[in-house]
Amino acid sequence: MTKTRLIVETDTTPALPRFVKLRHDKGRDRWIMLAPERILTPDPIAVEVLNLCDGEKSVGEISNHMAEIYNAPIDVIEKDIKAMLQDLADKGFLIS
Amino acid sequence: MIEAGDNNSADLCAVAPMGLLAELTHRCPLQCPYCSNPMELERSSGELSTEDWARVFKEAGELGILQTHLSGGEPTVRKDLEEILKAAVDAGIYTNLITAGVLLSRERLEGLVDIGLDHVQLSVQHVDAKLADKIAGFKGGYSKKVELAKWVKELGLPLTVNSPMHRHNVEYLEEIIEFAVKLGAERLEVAHIQYYGWAFENRHTLIPTKEQVYRNADTVDEARERLKGIMSIDFVVPDYYAVRPKPCMGGWGSSFMTISPTGKVLPCHAAASIKGLEFENVKDRHLRDIWLHSSSFNKYRGTDYLPDPCKSCEFREIDFGGCRCQAFMFTGDAKNTDPACSKSSFHKDLLEIAERESKLEPKEFLYRKFTKQPQPTK
Repeated sequence: MTKTRLIVETDTTPALPRFVKLRHDKGRDRWIMLAPERILTPDPIAVEVLNLCDGEKSVGEISNHMAEIYNAPIDVIEKDIKAMLQDLADKGFLIS
Repeated sequence: MIEAGDNNSADLCAVAPMGLLAELTHRCPLQCPYCSNPMELERSSGELSTEDWARVFKEAGELGILQTHLSGGEPTVRKDLEEILKAAVDAGIYTNLITAGVLLSRERLEGLVDIGLDHVQLSVQHVDAKLADKIAGFKGGYSKKVELAKWVKELGLPLTVNSPMHRHNVEYLEEIIEFAVKLGAERLEVAHIQYYGWAFENRHTLIPTKEQVYRNADTVDEARERLKGIMSIDFVVPDYYAVRPKPCMGGWGSSFMTISPTGKVLPCHAAASIKGLEFENVKDRHLRDIWLHSSSFNKYRGTDYLPDPCKSCEFREIDFGGCRCQAFMFTGDAKNTDPACSKSSFHKDLLEIAERESKLEPKEFLYRKFTKQPQPTK
C-alpha cells in the first residue's frame, strides 16, 4: 500500500476519516476533535467547516457556503479554508 | 470544594483531567528490559474486577476524561477486555489499545472493533526479527506483530507503531520509519526510553550516545518533511541529553491520571517510585474526589511549591519544573528541579553518567519479570 499526501484543491471533496471524531465536549462547552493521542479544539468557524466535510461537497462549495453566511469575499474564505484543511490533511486527519 | 454528586460541572471541568492511562494488568508475555511498569509489579490476584473497571469508566466519563489508553502489561491478557472497552465506549471516551500484539487473534480484534475501539498502538522492538525477539524476551513475537498490523489496517483502524529507542536499535531509525510506513501506520512513536524503574536498572546496557540521539533527531526532521500527510512521527530524546526538561504529564495533576491494575490512582505511571506519597484506590472513593482531593495529586499541583531555580525561572509555566520522579530519584526530593534541566545543579552529573555509560560494553539484560516474593497486600 502506498499512501500519498492529500493536497487540498478547490475540487477536493474532504471528509474526516472514521477514526477522527468531532464532538461536543459538554463539560467544557466546546467542540473537540478526537484522534489517536491527540485532542484538537477547533474554533467555532472551523467546526462549521468541518461539519460540511461530508465527502460529497467540494472545498469550492463549502467556501461558497461560508462566504455567503459570513458575507465575506470568496477568495479570502477559500484561501483560509484550504489552509486549515491542508493542515489537517498533513496531520493525517482528513481524507477525500 | 467540589464533591461527588455536585452538579457544578463548569467549575469541575476547568480542572478536569482529559486522559486516563488504564493499566488493566501487569501481566505481559513480553519482558522488555525497559518496561515502564514499576519494579514491584502488581499480581493478578489483586486486579480490579470487570465491575470495578466499568464503574471507573463511567466515573471517568462524567469527570471529563476524553481519551483512554487501555494498557498494561498486556491488556489483552484480560479475558474481560471486551466488557471493559464497552464501558469506556459507553462513557463516550476515545479508546486506544496499547498492545504487544502477540496474543490477539483476528476474531478477537474484530470483536473489539465492533464494540467501538478507536485506535491500536502496537509496540515494535526492532525491525530485525531476531533482535526484536531478543529485546522483548519472547520468541516469535515479531511475526505476530506484523500480522496484527495487517489486521488493524484491514479492519479500517488507525495504527500507531511504537518503537521505544535505545542503544540496541538507535542505529536503525531509518529502517524503523520505513517499516512503519510499509505497515500502513498513521503514526510512529520513536520516543527514546527514559531511565526509570526497569530501564534505570538496565541503563548501562541501554543508553545510547549523545551523537546517536542527535543523529536520530536529524533523521526524524527529514522524514517528517518527506512523509507529510502520510505518517506523523513523535520523537522524544532521553532526558539525560536534554537541555530543558519535558513538561511531564503536562503538569502534575493537571490533565492526566493513571490507574494501576489494583486500582491505585496515580498522577503518572511512575509516581509510585516517589517514596512517601500515598495513593487512593478507586475501590474506596469516587474518581472525582480522588482527582480533586487526593494528597498525592495536590502535593505537586501547580508551580507554587517549586524552589529555585524553578521559582524564578521564566519557563516555570511551560515545563512545570519537569519530572517529579526524576527529581526524586536524583535529588532525593520530588519538589526539586528535574535534573534534566540545565539549570539544575545535578544536570552535569546526569550528562556525565550518560556519556560514560553509553560507552561501556553492554551487559546481559535484566528482563522485566514478577519477583518471587509475593507483594504484601494492603
